[in-house]
Amino acid sequence: MTQQILIDPVTRIEGHAKITIQLNDAGDVEDAHFHVTQLRGFEKFCEGRPFHEMPSLMARICGICPVSHLVASAKACDALLAVTIPPTAANLRRVLNLAQIAQSHALSFFYLSSPDLLLGMDADIEKRNLFGVAQMQPQLARDGVRLRQMGQQIIELLGGKRIHPAWVVPGGVSEPLSSEKRDRILAMLPEGIEISARTLDWFKSVMENYADEILAFSSLKTMFLGLTNEHDELEMYDGLLRIMDADGRIVADGLNPDDYEQFITEKVEPWTYLKSPFYKPLGYPAGIYRVGPLARLNLVKSCGTPRADEALGYFRTLDSQSSFHYHYARLIEILYCFEKIDELLHTPDILSDRVRAHAEPNSEQGVGTSEAPRGTLLHHYQIDQNGLITRANLIIATGHNNYAMDRSVMQVAKRYVKSAHLTEGMLNRVEAVIRTFDPCLSCSTHAVGQMALQIQLIAPDGGVIEEVKR
Amino acid sequence: MTRTRLATVWLDGCSGCHMSFLDIDEQLLVLADQIELVYSPLVDRKDFPEDVDVTLIEGAVSSEEDLEKIRRIRERTHILISLGDCAVTGNVPSLRNSIGAEPVLRRAYLDPTLLNPQIPNQVIPRLLPLVRPVHSVVKVDIYVPGCPPSANTILYVLTELLAGRTPDLNGKTRFGA
Ligand code: SF4
Repeated sequence: MTQQILIDPVTRIEGHAKITIQLNDAGDVEDAHFHVTQLRGFEKFCEGRPFHEMPSLMARICGICPVSHLVASAKACDALLAVTIPPTAANLRRVLNLAQIAQSHALSFFYLSSPDLLLGMDADIEKRNLFGVAQMQPQLARDGVRLRQMGQQIIELLGGKRIHPAWVVPGGVSEPLSSEKRDRILAMLPEGIEISARTLDWFKSVMENYADEILAFSSLKTMFLGLTNEHDELEMYDGLLRIMDADGRIVADGLNPDDYEQFITEKVEPWTYLKSPFYKPLGYPAGIYRVGPLARLNLVKSCGTPRADEALGYFRTLDSQSSFHYHYARLIEILYCFEKIDELLHTPDILSDRVRAHAEPNSEQGVGTSEAPRGTLLHHYQIDQNGLITRANLIIATGHNNYAMDRSVMQVAKRYVKSAHLTEGMLNRVEAVIRTFDPCLSCSTHAVGQMALQIQLIAPDGGVIEEVKR
Repeated sequence: MTRTRLATVWLDGCSGCHMSFLDIDEQLLVLADQIELVYSPLVDRKDFPEDVDVTLIEGAVSSEEDLEKIRRIRERTHILISLGDCAVTGNVPSLRNSIGAEPVLRRAYLDPTLLNPQIPNQVIPRLLPLVRPVHSVVKVDIYVPGCPPSANTILYVLTELLAGRTPDLNGKTRFGA
């Protein structure tokens, strides 16, 4: 007979999940799992639909990172058309993706995690949210709102709409950039850079308060996966995949995302709707890896922009395996995004009106990839002679981190959860490790009418014998 | 002054409607004087409280848990708002209705290239055979279409409600907006 603690829903994450923690007779944590509780069925219901609908349909997978889905989907469609899109269109898509990475990272850091980081893991649950942050340190909350807003405004200026813009299309983008809009974007960037730099300084100053969590969040060692470019810099749009092991050794390099099926497959677990991808040659679980900001910064030599590279220097002194440092990595990437947008908007042909290649489908299948805020995203479509989808396969960024999240939950629970005197703060730490990954589950469920803490006695057949709620 | 008790809930949607709510930007902090966010993905409360004045629902009803949840929410909410096309019509999630839940599950989990192909069935809720819009399950008081409705539309709805008026959405938003 075991006891089970249920955290339902996990809050301050994007999407919905539960955590279960199993305790043995002695009251120690024996196992724990991270459950993603909804399946939406995109891979199935897009079958039979015209391929050119894919970008705007697939964007509806996620309202937080719709742009990354738009980009990966449009790139898969470019491959179906067998076209090379105009360089200006590629750069405009890049800018859009960077703006979204900045806004999504701001959401994760300020709206979702800063309450833990400013008010503390044990703070009053009524206060432990953005509004509590706004009371205690108004500037921090305002900075977060402003950073997210700038990312969204750049998306709106380029794509016409903040969420689900229809501007990214197979073959490029639907409209060129006007000089007026470019100048408006350029005018915003210095403030974005300044706020990001200020936040990095603040975060550095409080990081030492979390020495214990930093250690606890590092007990899981995994490989990392992400895109890199030929200069060994951060690359969010194109490039080739690299895999690095926990000791910093490169396991595989120059992997073409088009061939992903040769080196990535997924495992199904019975307790979650989210599958766990892994690196095929090493098998499961040795082949698991993490993606996203922490992975990306570990994989590259430099960011490729001056101020982000300066911040990277300090990042290099941190424990590269601790998921806690996803936060710091995320802040560096925000800075990078604004710097990189500035650079891209100064490329000579950015206002060119050659932004779209028109073609009929010329290939039976196409793979598109991009770096989403949370990591590498892959869309793979196959079509018939009429351009209708016959098969779609998606590996989403958060999926890559699924196994790592599941195991991190167990390790953090083992470190903090003591059944004899269970506190809310202990459970918040288990949730906080999930927040570091910034999962975008974008598929939902919230339990209603249940207490925050629910402890169940589970019989060997899985039935609930007794339940205590507090 | 007692603040209006607001809840925001995510069913089967993409979170875009919640993001559009956040796109009211600094107004979110300004509204905090008048509105208390009592339950939402943004706050840590795990149980849906009693006596909520206004609840914004994003997404369609697609799992057994969604169904149970929306019924409870209805009981505990004075004004229930279907926010966005998924809640109002079923929109994208309901594209699976012509296919059925089984083939969707089979495609996702029984593909032979996967390790351990099986249909997950522990702890997680079962999918309903049909994805349904919110009003086909419980009474809805206000409909705000859009995919997502714009931040301005959402702000308008909230300020009208705070002023004690029923928002008139004519011409302010549309399906697919
Ligand atoms: S209505 Fe549109 S934006 Fe809102 S949840 Fe549905 S797909 Fe997302």
